[in-house]
Amino acid sequence: MIIGLVHYLTVAATLFTLGVLGIFLNRKNVIVILMSVELILLSVNINLVAFSVFTNTIVGQVFALLVLAVAAAEAAIGLAIMLVFFRNRGSIAVEDINLMKG
Amino acid sequence: MVAAAFFYLFAGVCIASAFMVIAGRNPVTSVLFLILTFFNAAGLFILIGAEFLAMMLVVVYVGAVAVLFLFVVMMIDVDFAELRSGFLQFLPVGVLVGIVFLIELLLVIGTLFVDPAILQTAAAAAAADAPAVGVTNTEAIGLVLYTDYLFVFQAAGFVLLVAMIGAIVLTLRHKPGVKRQDIGKQVERSHETSVELKSVPSRQGV
Repeated sequence: MIIGLVHYLTVAATLFTLGVLGIFLNRKNVIVILMSVELILLSVNINLVAFSVFTNTIVGQVFALLVLAVAAAEAAIGLAIMLVFFRNRGSIAVEDINLMKG
Repeated sequence: MVAAAFFYLFAGVCIASAFMVIAGRNPVTSVLFLILTFFNAAGLFILIGAEFLAMMLVVVYVGAVAVLFLFVVMMIDVDFAELRSGFLQFLPVGVLVGIVFLIELLLVIGTLFVDPAILQTAAAAAAADAPAVGVTNTEAIGLVLYTDYLFVFQAAGFVLLVAMIGAIVLTLRHKPGVKRQDIGKQVERSHETSVELKSVPSRQGV
């Protein structure tokens, strides 16, 4: 059995779906939502790398590298914001984040 | 055959641990399963021939991002059981959206399954960009990244710089009443302001 592009795309699609599902299921917990976003970015990376290899172009892997950088930046900023919010309010529940609602 | 077996191993563990990430009861176990997911994704990358990205995945995600998550999860003192209280409430709509997503994505992938010609056309169109034979993966990425995509590379560096400064600015706080070294004040002190000579009369004290 030859492992082709479709196999990798299926894995990526499943990971993406699990990430979206995680955002829906853990609506109160910001940490798990951030982890779900990381899962979604990982599935995007798998897609980029799979297409890059199977079409024999290296550019996809370059952009996967950039996605990696953005994911790291996103995690750092997201966790910093969460930490400041926790210091101010003493909770990380998403429904408490409504100060700017007006 | 061995490659196929390893693909199914890595893919299976990857998806199973991703499920445990979103279904875990304790955020610490979620982070640990996230690390397992990334390790198996790195294994998939090695199988497909992208060694450099596999190593980057381990270094960046497991070495930096996951450890950052772990630190934050252990640092804040939150009742995580209470945060999970709405889990079942959102389950139906979440599963519905997930299934719709999965079906749509698999339909898109299915077009590739029935028509591999799409892939061949793309490969033929991109033949000019194909890396030379006998060049390692890392070398091929470097040849493109530092020439054609130099500005994008610099932009990624700026993104990381801004994220670093932003994270420091957000979390830094000055507590009042903490004694810090003030070099300007130390240098400003002169002999006159710091030393006082008193003539003490005998048998009387100051």
